[in-house]
Amino acid sequence: MTQGQAPWNKDVALERIRDCLNREGPLLPILHALQEEFGYIDEAAEPLIAEALNITRAEVHGVITFYHDFRRAPAGRHVLKLCRAEACQAAGGDPLAAHAEARLGVVMGTTARDGGVTLEAVYCLGLCATAPSAMLDGRLVGRLDERRLDALLTEAQQ
Amino acid sequence: MTLRIYIPVDAAALAVGAEEVASALHAAAARHNVTVDLVRNGSRGLYWLEPMVEVATPVGRVAYGPVAPSDAEGLLAAILADGAHALRLGPTEDIPWLKRQTRLTFARCGIVDPRSLEDYRAHGGCKGLERALSLGAEANVEEVVQSGLRGRGGAGFPTGIKWRTVAQTQSTQKYIVCNADEGDSGTFADRMIMEGDPFVLIEGMAIAGIATGATKGYVYIRSEYPHAVAAMEAAIAAARRGGLLGNRVAGSSFAFDMEVRVGAGAYVCGEETSLLDSLEGKRGQVRAKPPLPAHKGLFGRPTVINNVLSLASVPIILDKGAAFYRDFGMGRSRGTMPIQLAGNVKHGGLYETAFGITLGELVDDIGGGTRSGRPVRAVQVGGPLGAYFPRALFDTPFDYEAFAARDGLIGHGGIVVFDDTVDMAKQARFAMEFCAIESCGKCTPCRIGAARGVEVVDRIIKNDHRAANIAVLEDLCNTMKFGSLCALGGFTPYPVMSALNHFPEDFGAPPRLQAAK
Repeated sequence: MTQGQAPWNKDVALERIRDCLNREGPLLPILHALQEEFGYIDEAAEPLIAEALNITRAEVHGVITFYHDFRRAPAGRHVLKLCRAEACQAAGGDPLAAHAEARLGVVMGTTARDGGVTLEAVYCLGLCATAPSAMLDGRLVGRLDERRLDALLTEAQQ
Repeated sequence: MTLRIYIPVDAAALAVGAEEVASALHAAAARHNVTVDLVRNGSRGLYWLEPMVEVATPVGRVAYGPVAPSDAEGLLAAILADGAHALRLGPTEDIPWLKRQTRLTFARCGIVDPRSLEDYRAHGGCKGLERALSLGAEANVEEVVQSGLRGRGGAGFPTGIKWRTVAQTQSTQKYIVCNADEGDSGTFADRMIMEGDPFVLIEGMAIAGIATGATKGYVYIRSEYPHAVAAMEAAIAAARRGGLLGNRVAGSSFAFDMEVRVGAGAYVCGEETSLLDSLEGKRGQVRAKPPLPAHKGLFGRPTVINNVLSLASVPIILDKGAAFYRDFGMGRSRGTMPIQLAGNVKHGGLYETAFGITLGELVDDIGGGTRSGRPVRAVQVGGPLGAYFPRALFDTPFDYEAFAARDGLIGHGGIVVFDDTVDMAKQARFAMEFCAIESCGKCTPCRIGAARGVEVVDRIIKNDHRAANIAVLEDLCNTMKFGSLCALGGFTPYPVMSALNHFPEDFGAPPRLQAAK
């Protein structure tokens, strides 16, 4: 797994929040720290952050929901991101994405029913000269073709 | 004996197996009883040859590539013998694709060890900073103004003018913000610099601080670039230890320090004011201008916000002087541009050259056409907000004004190549879809226009009142272009309208000829 799997814990969350309080503009660092710790940002974190930063809970909620990265629930055991941007489209990324969806039985942006794999679109990993590209749990894979993708899918399903 | 071998730690090289090649070479060396001094450099940017392995020889570095882990044993044996091997590319500097470039910003990328400040200094690093300290603040700003450097993020605004504005604005606290939210598909130059020569960016930001009176810097890196984040953090720590950052920059009376901040997957945060809001811990929504960031930027303070490539070009400008840099280029586009060839291209990678080279030279000659071997039909220049160019416009020189005159933009210098299997109506639809996904939602033309745009393109594709819907699409694009608050909504019409104007047959429309004007 790319991200932490510790179960939600209020005291740990408060500690992660406190770690960031001496930084300018601490909200994004706090959210990253919480997601790294728990794998997602629990709704129960919102009032804790609001209290610590002296802002409203609505503001915290608004920031969390604005950014694509922040999860409201844990992801699958593995996260497979496929780049869907233009350079990867030009290099044959679209049929590969369809293949991944069909084999995993999920649509982009969702998690397989057994909680094994989350399949996500990403818009550019910066590997555009070795496209198409993917990222499995933080590991980058370029020059993707059906054979390499199948190997990744098998790995992700284990 | 000790062999010095270079294997890139660049993310794209890792994505095609550089780590596995490094392990295999280590194992092979152990079997041969050879000590290997393995340097993990950045990439030279010849990505079709990655993983590219270089070996230090008495006559300079010799390259081999693309190397697979299974090649390691044979490759090591060849290196220990006479060097002859099927993957031998010759002396790296003599590879024509590299030799024809003018590497100013990327002078050290792929050559130095990105984790070593000593190596950086040994290859000419810190000389710009030394001269900057001897010139003083005002003269630094003038050097950058005189160099003609324009914002490499895409907008092309003169960098020196931004600096001058910040320098002339009084405040107890000023900031240097580096925009490393390189979200455009087809671009990876910022990533390469941060992973391959991070100290040049640190040096550029320190010079900007000295020139404008700013003491604090932030590098805002997108979360999709974890390797760049790690490389920058390591380099900043090394720069602090080496006295390049801190209360006395390089022993001077100037203070400057900086830190990395990580984005959270919002493309719009590449827009400078939305990036500033994101840094402040807010939703990454675009601000109305004025006030300019140079007057009221981060936390309301005067702020220089520049792209990675702009700031990374500053050290060589200060080192060699404004005239040296200005002598490259054409028209009002001075210096060099790190151009990125991507997508379905045979020879993809980073090609830094003076402005003025034509699109056709870049795609056909340097890029070598498509990797699929099929004819090139269209290229998108400048990311998701850039226009699609047909072969008929391949005589366009790489220059801010020349691209603007043809309803396009050079943006951050990315060129994505498509072969003749591309469906341009689908690409137009994607441009609208992407804008809808990534819109910050602040202004109506972008937020609602993009969603309606997807629907209209769908109706055109389905031949539902096609002519009428094409007219609606044109009208919608006009509204987005002139009514949006920032370039996301304002430039999405470029890919859409260029697809429609240059490839009307894909929309089931009759040829347009000059009708679009």
